[in-house]
Amino acid sequence: MNLLETRALTASYGQFRALFGVDFRIEPGEVVAIIGSNGAGKTTLLRSITGILRQTPDMVIHRGEAIGAMAPDRIMQRGISMVPEGRMLFPSLSVDENLRIGAQARRGAGRWVLETVFDLFPILLERRNSPATALSGGQQQMVAIGRALMSNPELLLCDEISLGLAPVVIRDIYAALPLIRESGAAMVVVEQDIARALSIADRVYCLMEGRVTLEGRATDVTREAIHAAYFGTQEKVQP
Amino acid sequence: MIWVETVIQGLLLGGLYALFAAGLSLVFGIMRLVNLAHGDLIVASAFLILMVVEFSGLNPFMSALIAAPVLFGFGYVLQRVVLNRVLGNDILPPLLVTFGLSVALQNGMLELFSADSRRLPAGGLENQSLNIGLATVGTLPLMTLASAVIAIFLLNRLLYATALGRAFRATSDDPVTASLMGIDPKRIFALATGLAMVVVTLAALYLGMRSNFDPSIGPARLIYAFQAVIVGGLGSLWGTLAGGPIIGVAQTLGAQINPEWQILSGHLAFLIVLILRPRGLFPRARD
Ligand SMILES: Nc1ncnc2c1ncn2[C@@H]1O[C@H](COP(=O)(O)OP(=O)(O)O)[C@@H](O)[C@H]1O
Ligand SMILES: [Mg+2]
Repeated sequence: MNLLETRALTASYGQFRALFGVDFRIEPGEVVAIIGSNGAGKTTLLRSITGILRQTPDMVIHRGEAIGAMAPDRIMQRGISMVPEGRMLFPSLSVDENLRIGAQARRGAGRWVLETVFDLFPILLERRNSPATALSGGQQQMVAIGRALMSNPELLLCDEISLGLAPVVIRDIYAALPLIRESGAAMVVVEQDIARALSIADRVYCLMEGRVTLEGRATDVTREAIHAAYFGTQEKVQP
Repeated sequence: MIWVETVIQGLLLGGLYALFAAGLSLVFGIMRLVNLAHGDLIVASAFLILMVVEFSGLNPFMSALIAAPVLFGFGYVLQRVVLNRVLGNDILPPLLVTFGLSVALQNGMLELFSADSRRLPAGGLENQSLNIGLATVGTLPLMTLASAVIAIFLLNRLLYATALGRAFRATSDDPVTASLMGIDPKRIFALATGLAMVVVTLAALYLGMRSNFDPSIGPARLIYAFQAVIVGGLGSLWGTLAGGPIIGVAQTLGAQINPEWQILSGHLAFLIVLILRPRGLFPRARD
């Protein structure tokens, strides 16, 4: 059974329509990449799943239950967790407090507690009493990931965790993802870096202008197919 | 010597202003909501305490203890049912709604309790005084200041040393991201207003024991509270604790020079701070 799926999901900002009937699914323990250029609707898809953008109930199904109209806090308490785009740490809270507040939606015991998060990102232990926003971009991203893990989610949604970071830092952060996967969490990884996304994903979706233009196993999709889905080159080629 | 005594009296008066201001400061700090009905809520709370006193025969302190949970519930429901609906990026709707609430409270109290001045029976406490060396001070004003210090200390502990306080601060930073932590921002805001009403109960207790009150005096209490918050720095509870006595000392010094200048001097001190330090004396780092 699918852990989570969206059915003909549409989303709008006022008059502007950002998603046109997106069908998306993820199974327990699976890692799914969502790629697509700026403005394709990737973040909007995650906002719809987490309830930040409310939808009609049956557009989002979690474990067979329609959750499209639920408030984010209730959705998070079902075992879903998000690393939002831009990290969105709480500036008034220290690193330690940012991590602890992630445990607010925890339902039971699990692998992720402060100690295991510090094992995953040792640098955070040294900085645990600093204000979160005093950290470097990469360290802030680690806090954002750790914060999302603290609820021991079954489904972790990561929105562009490499955005604005130096390549060495991105490498460190991506090195943590297999360890997170080992803990049993399914992951949705939104990325603009196609190669990076394909390297860790079981399946991949490509979004363009609010529509799914490609869906397939990461090992099956060809470079050409991705290029076409990502940039929409086929539509622009005149016969 | 008279000046030392005047300053001490001002500090003590400032304790009352800090109590008036603490609830306002808390609510502003957590949800950027300026509650224009704050003064009227203090007066209404004083009437509620008075009703408990008259009904039960208990002293005002015990009566306030009974009134506090009722007022917590009132604050919670007020936030949940009314104020949460108007909070947003636009600051005008909450101002209009709390202004409306202020007018409604004043008229409601006038209907229920008439325009007569009332007072909480402090059982002679209002006439007692203590010699603290530099001056002889009233026991009740001293208790007021001590209560203000303790209340603000406890509020700070709550904000910075408990899980609830962490949720308050996170929600204040960013309600949307807080909701991604499994927090319901509307419930957090309701708890904050409930908590502010408990502080309002304390303010009402001392207001009612120290002076006469009637349904019309709320707006002036709001002004003093507001000035204490601004002088101390928006969003800073310790700043508020400093702000109250600054307004208080300015008022007693002014009154010492000319009795008619009491209120005016408070306003002048407020203006001077505003000109020199537009963000107040102890502004919170980020807003
Ligand atoms: N808050 C918003 N208000 C209006 N339009 C928005 C808002 N957020 C995103 N959009 C628009 O919706 C479309 C999809 O945006 P988004 O989901 O953020 O794309 P992506 O994450 O793929 O870069 C874009 O055209 C963007 O301009
Ligand atoms: Mg995005």
